[in-house]
Amino acid sequence: MFLGRVIGNVWATQKYDALHSFKLMIVQPINGGNENIGDPIIAVDTVGAGSGEVVYYITASEAVIPLPVEMAPVDASIVGIVDSINLKS
Amino acid sequence: MFLGRVIGTVWSTRKDENLVGAKFLIVRQVDLKLKDKDNFVVAVDSVGAGEGEIVLVATGSSSRQTEFTKNKPVDAVIMAIVDKLDVPLKKNLQEQES
Repeated sequence: MFLGRVIGNVWATQKYDALHSFKLMIVQPINGGNENIGDPIIAVDTVGAGSGEVVYYITASEAVIPLPVEMAPVDASIVGIVDSINLKS
Repeated sequence: MFLGRVIGTVWSTRKDENLVGAKFLIVRQVDLKLKDKDNFVVAVDSVGAGEGEIVLVATGSSSRQTEFTKNKPVDAVIMAIVDKLDVPLKKNLQEQES
């Protein structure tokens, strides 16, 4: 699982059938110190995250597991909203 | 998933027999400002995308999770056609550039 910040969302009317009604969010990966690392990715939202929120997300084929569908071509999904991070130093 | 622009199609007569009937598109990765990046992939189309459209591509084993690509030798699939990107804070776009 990785930490990221939601920086926006994607509007897509035409998408794979099983993905109707799911939100697609633009997620900027961050490290524990809230600094950006790497390029943004697009992830399916399963928890109701909004723009600006820090979330954690999963990638690869596991990303389909939290979705209430049997099959969907999804390689990243948001599975939690972060309330706080405790980090030494 | 990543964003990309469809820049062409691939024709192939000799291929794995499971892939007969698949539509292969060449997708060039783009950033949030829709500027071209250097990566290209050939992806199977599952939504009816066409040349010039901005699409979302799922890669890896997830791309086998569609009715058509199930258990087939595929590692990239187009799963959405993007209408619009909504990035409220312009700061986030500027950071992209650096």
